[in-house]
Amino acid sequence: MAVNLFYFLVFPGLLFSATVGAFLSWFDRKITARVQFRKGPPLLQPFYDFFKLLLVKETILPKQGSPVIFLLAPIFALFGATTAAVFILLPLFNISSGFRGDLIVIFYLLTIPSFSYVIGSLASGNPLAAVGGSREMKLILSYESTFLLVIAGIILKASQYFDLNSVITIQHHSKPFIESISGIILFIVAIFCIQAKLGLVPFDMAEAETEITEGTFIEYSGAPYALIKLTKYIMLFILPAFLTALLLNGFVLKGAGILWAVLKILGIVLLLTLIRNTNPRLKIKQAVSFFFVWMNLLAVIAIVLAYFGY
Amino acid sequence: MFHFGGASCNNCDIEILDCLTPRYDLERFGILLVGSIRHADVLLVNGSINMRDRDRLIEIYNQAPKPILVVAIGACGCTGGIFAEGNTFAGPVDKIIPVDAYIPGCPPKPEAIIAGLVKLVKSK
Repeated sequence: MAVNLFYFLVFPGLLFSATVGAFLSWFDRKITARVQFRKGPPLLQPFYDFFKLLLVKETILPKQGSPVIFLLAPIFALFGATTAAVFILLPLFNISSGFRGDLIVIFYLLTIPSFSYVIGSLASGNPLAAVGGSREMKLILSYESTFLLVIAGIILKASQYFDLNSVITIQHHSKPFIESISGIILFIVAIFCIQAKLGLVPFDMAEAETEITEGTFIEYSGAPYALIKLTKYIMLFILPAFLTALLLNGFVLKGAGILWAVLKILGIVLLLTLIRNTNPRLKIKQAVSFFFVWMNLLAVIAIVLAYFGY
Repeated sequence: MFHFGGASCNNCDIEILDCLTPRYDLERFGILLVGSIRHADVLLVNGSINMRDRDRLIEIYNQAPKPILVVAIGACGCTGGIFAEGNTFAGPVDKIIPVDAYIPGCPPKPEAIIAGLVKLVKSK
């Protein structure tokens, strides 16, 4: 029990993944600034942002709408992200081997933050938040099926083992899945899914700050908004870590392997940041057809290729 | 930082936007423009505040999570400037809401705005 609490609250869970995620969020902002020939924020800026929101700022409850659900939604989001972090990082750091079928559990846990944002935005009673919430909902519907297809492709490549630990060990014993045609296609599709899951620019129509003024999060202030920020930091770390485990051979935590592990995560975040900085925001219709038609098509092609062993 | 533009001549608006451009880059100090007043720590007010703007300014100020810092930018925001005697003028910003810093100028240079904001951050 105490060990489980430690897993959840400190080491691969809340504290560790939030700290790493905050540094990754600084990395993302710094790269964005460098792409735009700016200097960018100081290293500890994400921590300043978080503690300012948590400790100093006032929390305003919406007059219309439901305050209880409005306040519970960020807690659900944080819970989902942290639990997903535990289930992803335990096999990845080789602490425990997980259980059969944990890929499916992780898939569902990773959708909890997005769903909580929708619930929270609809509970706030703000019309712009409702627009943001409905867009987020459509986005979830479009990218989740694609993400499930990616995981199906991975399971097929991992000779139909349903747990993350076997996916990693199979890659350790033979070669990383990305060193094959179907692996490369799955990687491309997964990158776009992660981009949409994180709500980064081509797919940020749910929070579109210029047209619907932060949409889903418009009414959040103070501590609940701090929890949302924390959830975003954690997601920014665990989604690249999940992708590393699925396709890029996981982590080998000895000697130069530690450096490689850091470089893999930073590389994926760099890729996400560059996509975010070189693309305009899509309309929700374009995003839905992008995932439903093109990304699903690519994922199905990758699955067929994987079936024939390419 | 949240930007409230009163009945301004747009000149201060452009100087404020200049602060966010690569040349001046306010993000060095961790300052970002946010879309919703609920996420803001600093409320920038520029332009002369007329009868119609006043209610909206008060509403925005009440919607902001406290503590919030208010910065009046430009001659119109600080004193009323050339509009001070106008018959629709509703008083400079500090008659309507409490102001923490004044950045005068018509328009103030981006350097002046940055200097004002940094002084404000250091004094708090």
